[in-house]
Amino acid sequence: MRVFSNVTGLVVPLDRANVDTDQIIPKQYLKSIHRTGFGDNLFDGWRYLDEGAPGMTPNERTINHEFVLNLPRYQGARVLLARDNFGCGSSREHAVWALMEFGFDVVIAPSFADIFYGNCFKNGLVPVTLPKATVDRLFELATGPQNLVVTVDLPTQTVSADSGLVTHFDFDPQRKEKILKGLDDIGLTLAVRERIEAFEAQHYAKMPWLPGARTSIREVR
Amino acid sequence: MAQSKMTQSKTLDPNLRKTLYDKVWDSHLVGTRADGESLLYIDLQLLHEVTSPQAFGGLKVAGRPLWRVMSNLATPDHNVPTDRRELGFAGITDPVAYEQVITLDQNCKSFGVEQFEILDRRQGIVHVVGPEQGATMPGMTIVCGDSHTSTHGAFAALAQGIGTSEVEHVMATQCLLQKKARNFAINTTGKLADGVFSKDLILAIIAKLGTAGATGHTLEYRGAAVQALSMEARMTLCNMAIEAGARAGMVAVDDRTLEYVHGRPFAPKGQQWDEAETYWRMLVSDNNAKFDQWIDIDAGQIEPYVTWGTSPELGIPVTAAVPDPAKESDPQKAESIRLALKYMGLAANQPITDIRLDRVFIGSCTNARIEDLRAVAKVVKGRKKANTIKQVLVVPGSGLVKEQAEREGLAKIFVDAGFEWRAAGCSMCLAMNPDKLGPGEHCASTSNRNFESRQGFGGRTHLVSPATAAAAAIAGHFVDVRTWL
Ligand code: SF4
Repeated sequence: MRVFSNVTGLVVPLDRANVDTDQIIPKQYLKSIHRTGFGDNLFDGWRYLDEGAPGMTPNERTINHEFVLNLPRYQGARVLLARDNFGCGSSREHAVWALMEFGFDVVIAPSFADIFYGNCFKNGLVPVTLPKATVDRLFELATGPQNLVVTVDLPTQTVSADSGLVTHFDFDPQRKEKILKGLDDIGLTLAVRERIEAFEAQHYAKMPWLPGARTSIREVR
Repeated sequence: MAQSKMTQSKTLDPNLRKTLYDKVWDSHLVGTRADGESLLYIDLQLLHEVTSPQAFGGLKVAGRPLWRVMSNLATPDHNVPTDRRELGFAGITDPVAYEQVITLDQNCKSFGVEQFEILDRRQGIVHVVGPEQGATMPGMTIVCGDSHTSTHGAFAALAQGIGTSEVEHVMATQCLLQKKARNFAINTTGKLADGVFSKDLILAIIAKLGTAGATGHTLEYRGAAVQALSMEARMTLCNMAIEAGARAGMVAVDDRTLEYVHGRPFAPKGQQWDEAETYWRMLVSDNNAKFDQWIDIDAGQIEPYVTWGTSPELGIPVTAAVPDPAKESDPQKAESIRLALKYMGLAANQPITDIRLDRVFIGSCTNARIEDLRAVAKVVKGRKKANTIKQVLVVPGSGLVKEQAEREGLAKIFVDAGFEWRAAGCSMCLAMNPDKLGPGEHCASTSNRNFESRQGFGGRTHLVSPATAAAAAIAGHFVDVRTWL
């Protein structure tokens, strides 16, 4: 997992509630068996006017010049500002991979959907939850005459802007530690292997009918 | 010592009554890691071709084996073509999809995972196959890299969709890192009217809660109307828990649950069944169990539902008209209504029954089981699809559902009506395979998501019950199926 501590970057405002993962990365790109190659197709249905297919480059596509990510002033943005329930719908982790590959380090929203939120932490994308009023204010700033550049600092859990706005956000301490150090979850869990094995012994003794208690694949045709 | 005493007295405390979710959670809690994260033991991981390759890849790179091979069960579903199935892999014309399905096959072979491969008659949508095989049993923890894993909660299992990194974590450790969710009771009274189905009930619940209304919660569907539902209808309810923001939805064990599981290939037999039954019977919320949230729904008031917008929460009764943004006081909500109407090509205040359809899709893990197909056949029998409808796809949830529908004569009713009878898979639920909508086309769909372009680029999805979809296929537009009974 990627290590993250802080970022200072341009904010792009995506003014829609309930942005679902089908919009973040449409299904035709999920056919890939890799973790990379999704950045060009982030928000594909909104960034382009034509229907895309895996393997097409942005040069072959019809760009939607009205979509906020395509506006010249927001090029190079590293912070995505979003509305309520960002990342709802499908569990596809490809949504997080696509956001990161496109160049986002942080997503700020008043609320996130559960599975998406969890998927962020597995990869080092930082989801920052701020009160609705603060998000409204950031939207005003980000769509105002000046570009909005913020610094998101994970160690101090703050978002600060040039205008002097500084706001604190809550963050789970364990997840913070993992992102700051880029720790491998599987390795951490395997460190308590004996606990799992001990659990299994009593679990399968109590419930010998569970699929995991089988010793071989049965032919049940 | 002092500590274990404390736990003892805790469980004896009559004030600490548990919900069904609490019980399944507690019986799978392995402990806490050094960093404080809870480890939840996972009894079964279902695998399909879309969200598993990167996880298998991660294991290979790190040289890690599967923690417990037998706790995994795989089948390809998202990408498989639904016609000319006899061609097997060769029937997959898209090379990228082909590679993905082949990769699942290779991974299952090299890691020793049980798979119902593309030509196996038990192949189908993972969430149809698990219960059908009896691999889904009460009290289990089940995960799958697919958000509709909640379906299995109908069996009092804690079943959740997870991301690919979590898939890899479960493969390698048989555990999921998780924080416990809160308890949310959806309490139903009354009884669904004729022509109204659990799909209508869940669409009404989602319309009430909103797509984020149950975020951070596990739903328990309970009360008289739920108890009266068949297992298949309960699966439909649990399937769409995620559409209200909940990761899992559950229904307590009763006689119906046990009857359904009994005799299925994976189910325990003989004395082991008796032991299992004794344990499973306890999988109900205690009388004094505390729910963090509770809503009451009178099922008798529910009408057939149709979604008009681009989010599952945008559903209304078939007798109603599409909302008018001008009447919405919250400007952000008014704007989202406007966006949805524009995408859907609908006018404010347009009656639902005026919406003309181009295609109809009957399928998906929400509604592709035998009872769903029977409900369709009941409406369709002796009738023909409207000439204005370009295509009606009927895609059974599994190869075994397909066989049964053929044995019961349902398939013939569909074909006689001018519908296309296909092989099992996800098909036009998400249109990763060749079954899709064209731009601007309206589709009455028994699936679970009406997001923009979900069923094909520019396609317009209306979520409905199988009976409503069937009636729409005949009429060419939405009708109140209750008037057809
Ligand atoms: S049928 Fe649809 S919702 Fe169900 S698993 Fe397949 S793609 Fe997902």
